Amino acid sequence: MSMKNSVEVKNISFSYGKTEILNDLSLDIKEGEFMVLLGPSGCGKTTLLNCIAGLLDLTDGQIWIEDDNVTWKEPKDRHIGMVFQSYALYPSMTVEKNLSFGLRMMGTAKDLINEKIKKAANLLQINELLKRKPSQLSGGQRQRVAIGRALVRDAKVFLFDEPLSNLDAKLRAELRYEIKKLHRDLSNTMIYVTHDQIEAMTLADRISVMKDGLIQQLDTPKQIYNKPANLFVAGFIGSPSMNFLKAKFDKSSQNIIVGKKQIDISKYENINNLMNDQEVVFGIRPENINIEKNENSIQCKVELVEPMGADTLVWTSVEGNPISIRLEGSSNFNLNDEINISFDINKSSIFDSKSEERI
Amino acid sequence: MSTIPKGPRPKHLTVGRVGLYCFIIMCALFFLMPLYVMIITSLKDMDEIRAANILNLPKELSFYAWPKAWSQACTGFVCEGLKPGFVNSVKITVPSVIVSVALSALNGYALAFWRFRGAYFFFGLCMFGAFIPYQVMVYPLLKIEDFLGIYSSLPGIILVHTIFGMPILTLIFRNFYASLPIDLFKAARIDGGNFIKIFFYVIIPMSTPITIVAVILQVTGIWNDFLLGLVFAGRDNQPMTVQLNNIVQVDYGVAEYNVDMSATILTSLVPLFVYFISGRWFVRGIAAGAIKG
Repeated sequence: MSMKNSVEVKNISFSYGKTEILNDLSLDIKEGEFMVLLGPSGCGKTTLLNCIAGLLDLTDGQIWIEDDNVTWKEPKDRHIGMVFQSYALYPSMTVEKNLSFGLRMMGTAKDLINEKIKKAANLLQINELLKRKPSQLSGGQRQRVAIGRALVRDAKVFLFDEPLSNLDAKLRAELRYEIKKLHRDLSNTMIYVTHDQIEAMTLADRISVMKDGLIQQLDTPKQIYNKPANLFVAGFIGSPSMNFLKAKFDKSSQNIIVGKKQIDISKYENINNLMNDQEVVFGIRPENINIEKNENSIQCKVELVEPMGADTLVWTSVEGNPISIRLEGSSNFNLNDEINISFDINKSSIFDSKSEERI
Repeated sequence: MSTIPKGPRPKHLTVGRVGLYCFIIMCALFFLMPLYVMIITSLKDMDEIRAANILNLPKELSFYAWPKAWSQACTGFVCEGLKPGFVNSVKITVPSVIVSVALSALNGYALAFWRFRGAYFFFGLCMFGAFIPYQVMVYPLLKIEDFLGIYSSLPGIILVHTIFGMPILTLIFRNFYASLPIDLFKAARIDGGNFIKIFFYVIIPMSTPITIVAVILQVTGIWNDFLLGLVFAGRDNQPMTVQLNNIVQVDYGVAEYNVDMSATILTSLVPLFVYFISGRWFVRGIAAGAIKG
């Protein structure tokens, strides 16, 4: 990955009539980077992608692709390829015609078209399907063809709009793997919109978590998972989601107080930023809770066990707050077992309860 | 334990069912009655018709009314039957249908996909246009065509049919295109299509069902039209319906009911034919045209 920017989104705004979807949003995407736009539906991620593609006209701001101001250029002149959730294959054309449509529109020579189709078909293993119509293909095959259509155009930037959302779980995992491989082999810039955090975590070089048209956090998947910038990101990423405890910080003892319980957080990285009596939300991921008895552990009862094969989820509660704990698949717990849990404070996150920002 | 069902499904011929069939058969008979009278009358000679047994089958089949209606009956001063009217109707219908359907498809496509500024206003205008009774427009349009020098001519009547067909057809096409996935259109734009290319390469190949519906609507509508043909076509281009009227409305001599009946059946053959070869689509056309009221 070079340090050069491939796509630059500069202070763009977009509104439908009076409804503002994006407001003064900026985002730089490096050459060869796999950028995932992640967020719940209605967060503006698809709108942003459509703006980059040129399918929606900006209200304000600029879009640059490969050092070229494309803000008012037609989609076809932006060196992009796009893959849609609904596949969007032309139903009246064979797979071959679907793949070649863009090239034919550009007036590419016939043998060059054939060569490119062959290459793309080999890469995506759709050689056998070239003569078929889209209606004769399965969902996974259709999406392969749709990816192929972007591939043959030699696009500099690939745009994916929830490409796997219409597929079943198994196919989704398969195609996710293929997309990752494709990026490894082609190293094109890719921008990928999804609401699926697994896709985001597995594919992205960087994730941009969005909500209400604003980028909440832009970072590597690791950082986003381990050091979420705010409560929204913390709750959105991770399944089962992060456990939250409302608490108050006591400076003298370096404890947070949850109801009647006290938790020692002296090992927290940014403890010095906390003020006495500050209202906070303590967040801890299910896998960062250990079942062990020590001077800092809390006693509670097993309320529900969810065996998931690879691991087992144990549900309990602390002062009325539900807590999930991720344990090894082999661990054996029964309902109403008394357990002692302790938190891995190094890996916890503490948020200010007013600003909801991470401290 | 419950018993396992065996044998054929039990028949349920209830009283309600019987009543229903009776009703349906009665309805069918009621609506077929005029057709029955028309056909048997067209096969009687005038003596038998004067005997006034309207529902009786002909004692002796006589076919002379049919060729007479087709090629000898008098329509005003000339006595060439309906044949010239048929030719005129074809000359009017074919270009009107092609032009109006093609333009409406293009309009519907533009309205559905290229949401230009004022598209909704234009859509509302079409809706409004589809509801205007065209009698209101006859005189102004007559003056316009007179000014353009195409009044009372073939291009004149084709233009009128095209204009009156377009609002409703545009609506039908727009609604059909609006139901297509917008992603297809987006993909085509990224693939390098412009307004015309996308229309020809992507949209038209998907338009078969709605085009059939539109063609059926237009063919039956234009073929059955009387008023516009009478006013705008001119003496030389009078469609079949106008000629039929001239045959039936005799001011002197004897009213030949058998000729009238066969002429009427001949005139309605084209819409009937369209209906029989495309029944399924015809129903859809009616449903699509239902917004017309």
